[in-house]
Amino acid sequence: MDRRTSLKLLALAPLPVVAGCEWSSSDVQHAHESTTAAQAAGDGTLQFFTEHEFETVKVLADLVIPADDRSGSASELGVPQFMDFFVSEQPTMQTPMRGGLAWLDMHSRRRFGHPFLEATNDERIRILDEIAYPNDAAPEVQHGVVFFTRFRDLTASGFWTTKAGMDDLQYLGNTFVQTWEGAPPSEMERLGLTFDDWETI
Amino acid sequence: MQIISPKIYDVAIVGSGAGGGMTAHVLTQAGADVVMLEAGQLWDANEDGDMFAWSYDSPRRGASSREKPFGEFDGCIGGWDIDGEPYTRAAGTEWDWFRARMLGGRTNHWGRISLRFGPDDFRGRSLDGLGDDWPITYDDLAPYYDRLDDLVGIFGNRDGFHNEPDGNFLPPPKPRVHELLVMQGAKKIGIPVLANRLSILTRAHNGRPACHYCSQCGRGCSTNSNFSSPSVFINPAQLTGNLEVIPHAMVREVTTDTEGKATGVSYVNTQDLQEYQVRARVVVLAASACSTARIMLNSKSPRHPNGLGNSSDVIGRYLMDTTGASIVGFFPQLMNRPAYNEDGVGGAHVYIPWFGYNERRDFARGYHFEVWGGRGQPSYGFGGGIHNLNGLFSETNTTARERGGGGYGLALKEDYRQFFGAIGGFSIRGEMVARRENHCDIDPTVVDKYGIPVLRFNVRWSDQEYNQVQHGQLKARELIEAMGGEVLSRMPTREEGYGINKPGRIIHEVGTVRMGDDPRTSALNSHCQSHDVPNVFVADAAPFVSQAHKNTTWTLMALAWRTADHIVELRNQGQV
Repeated sequence: MDRRTSLKLLALAPLPVVAGCEWSSSDVQHAHESTTAAQAAGDGTLQFFTEHEFETVKVLADLVIPADDRSGSASELGVPQFMDFFVSEQPTMQTPMRGGLAWLDMHSRRRFGHPFLEATNDERIRILDEIAYPNDAAPEVQHGVVFFTRFRDLTASGFWTTKAGMDDLQYLGNTFVQTWEGAPPSEMERLGLTFDDWETI
Repeated sequence: MQIISPKIYDVAIVGSGAGGGMTAHVLTQAGADVVMLEAGQLWDANEDGDMFAWSYDSPRRGASSREKPFGEFDGCIGGWDIDGEPYTRAAGTEWDWFRARMLGGRTNHWGRISLRFGPDDFRGRSLDGLGDDWPITYDDLAPYYDRLDDLVGIFGNRDGFHNEPDGNFLPPPKPRVHELLVMQGAKKIGIPVLANRLSILTRAHNGRPACHYCSQCGRGCSTNSNFSSPSVFINPAQLTGNLEVIPHAMVREVTTDTEGKATGVSYVNTQDLQEYQVRARVVVLAASACSTARIMLNSKSPRHPNGLGNSSDVIGRYLMDTTGASIVGFFPQLMNRPAYNEDGVGGAHVYIPWFGYNERRDFARGYHFEVWGGRGQPSYGFGGGIHNLNGLFSETNTTARERGGGGYGLALKEDYRQFFGAIGGFSIRGEMVARRENHCDIDPTVVDKYGIPVLRFNVRWSDQEYNQVQHGQLKARELIEAMGGEVLSRMPTREEGYGINKPGRIIHEVGTVRMGDDPRTSALNSHCQSHDVPNVFVADAAPFVSQAHKNTTWTLMALAWRTADHIVELRNQGQV
C-alpha cells in the first residue's frame, strides 16, 4: 500500500474516530515503512560527478561512515548517489565539492605519488588524520579541512536519512499515536524527572 | 481589455488565509453572497500534503529550497523570493517578505501558536508612552477569542498568568523530556513555564478527529486535526453554497466609482495573464498586512490621489515584525536516549511567557521563548557540525576528544547515535515597538511580472529591539545552564545586533493599515472599516496598532470575526 492509498484510507477514518476516539493503526503504521529509499540516480547515470570523482566519493564516504553490526557503510546505503543528485541541484555546492576532491588527489599525489583512489588504506588514513580535526590541523591543509568538514556533514545527511539509518538510530516516530503519554517511566526515572509539576500546573 | 463579471456580489474578499477565511465563514453563514480571490493555487492537505512522508521518500531528504524555504515537505507554497514578484528595500535597510501563494495561505504551515493578546497589549502607550493605544480593549475582543476557541479548538491550561488570558482549552499534551528539563531549570531561576497554547485538537472537536501526534502539522494535516483556514473556515463556507473561490487571482486594485466608493476589485489571472474585474457591494482586504497596503496604495483615483482610504497618509507606515533570535544548547544527560516515539504535536508542548514585568530593564515591552529539541525524524542537515560537539561531549571517541572534535570512522558513527536527541534550544519572539518611519511604500520604478508596481521597504530595528534581544540571549543562556546543559551558540555582539533576525524573518508583519478613532492618524475605525471609504474593510493583521510579542493569528482572526459581525450588522441596517 503506498502513501496516497493509506491517506485515502485515513480520510475514511474520521467517523469511527469521532465516535469512539480510536485509531486503528496497524495498517497505516507499517504502510510507509515499506517505501523503498529513493535512489537519486536510479539508472546509475551520474548527474554531477565524473566516474573518477564518484569512485573517490565512495571510498571517502565509507571512511567517514563504515559498516558495523548495526548498519551498513555509507556507500551501502546509497550516500554517494544521494550526494551526486543533491550537489547537481545546488550550484553553490558544486565548485567546493569538485575542487575539494581535486585538492584531495593533489595532496595525495604530493604525499604518496598517486591520487587518493590509488592510495593504500594506510595512506588514506594518514591524509584523513591531517584534515579531519579542524581545531588540530596544520594551516597548510586548511583547504582540505574545510572540504572534509563539509563532506562529513553531507555524508551524515545522506546516511541517517535512509530507512536503514533511521532504524540504526531507532527513530520510532512518523506514525499514528493513539494516546500521547510522553516518555516511558523508565526514561523519566533515568533522568530524574516527574510529571508532578505538570499535573499541578 | 478588462473582463468584467456581470454579477454583483455582496462581498469580495481578497485573500484566503486566516483573516479571509474567518470573514468568509461568518459572512456566508449570515447568507451573504461572497467571492474570494486568492493569488495562488487551490490546495488540499488531504490530496496534496506530505503528512507521513519519510525523508528518504525524496532524493532531497526534506532539504529546503528557494521554493520551499521550510523544507520540501512543508505545506506552504511561497517564500521570501518568488519568481517574477520582486520587492525592493531602501538603501541601508533590511526586510525579508514572505508571501504564500495558495488557498489558506500561511495557515497551511504555521506553528499553530494561538496566543491571545492580553489587556496590556492594547494599551501600550498608556503604560509606557511608546506607540499608540488601540481603539479597542481586550474586553471588546474577548468574546471573539472565546468563540474562536470553541469553533476552532485549542489546547492549553488555565494558568491565570498576567497578561496571558486563558481560553476555553482542550487538555494540553504532556511535555517531552527536554521540555520537563526546561521546567526544572526554569524553576531554579524563577522563569515561568506554561502549557503551550496551540490550535491542535487533543480531543475530537466539531467533527474533526483528535491529533495522532506525528509532529508534522507544518506539512498540512490529512485528518484536519489542526487549524488551517481551508479545513475549518473555507470548506464549510463552500458547503453553504454562498462562497465562490477564484484562485490564481492577483489583485491589482480596488475599483471605485466617481463618488469614491468601492465597486469591486480588478485582478490579473496569473494563468492567462488577462485582466478581470469582479464587482461587489463591500470589499474586504485580507491579503496579508503588506499586500493589503500595496493594493490600497496602488488604488489611486481622482477621489483617492494618495491611494484608497489613505487621506491620513498612514497606509504602509508603522510596519512591524516580531523580533527573533535563537540559542542552541547541548544537554549531556540527554545523550544515549532509549528508543521511543517522542514526536508529539507539531510544536512545543510548553511555552515560556514574558516574565520580566517587574524587572528594571533598558527596553520596553517583552518577549517569549519558543522551546525546541527532541528525537525528531532525521532529515537533511542531520548530524551537521558534529565536529563542534564530539570534541566536547563524546563519551567514546577519545581521538575526537583529544584533537578538539571531528574525525571519521566507527567512533564518529557512534557519536551521531549518542547525540541524537541531545540538542535543544530557545527562540526569542519579542515585541517590536510601532514607529511611523518604519514603512513600505510603492517603488516608483519597479513592477512585478503582472505589471503591478511593487513594494519598497524601509525598516530599521531600534535600541528597543536590540536591547530586548540581548536580554533574551542572556536569559536563554542562563536557562540552558540551569538545565544542566552547555550553550553552543556564541554570544553575538552589539555590532552583530545581538543575533537579531532580519526584520520580516519571523513572518509576523502587522500594522500597515492601522485602526484608530482619529481619521487623521489612522486609516480604519474601531471596526476595521475605512474612515474614507465606508464599504472597504481590512481583515488581516494590517489593522494592528501594536504587535505584542505574541503570534498574530489568534488576534487577527478574533478581530476579523468582529469585523465580519459588524459588516452583517451594517448590511442589515442597509448602511453598506
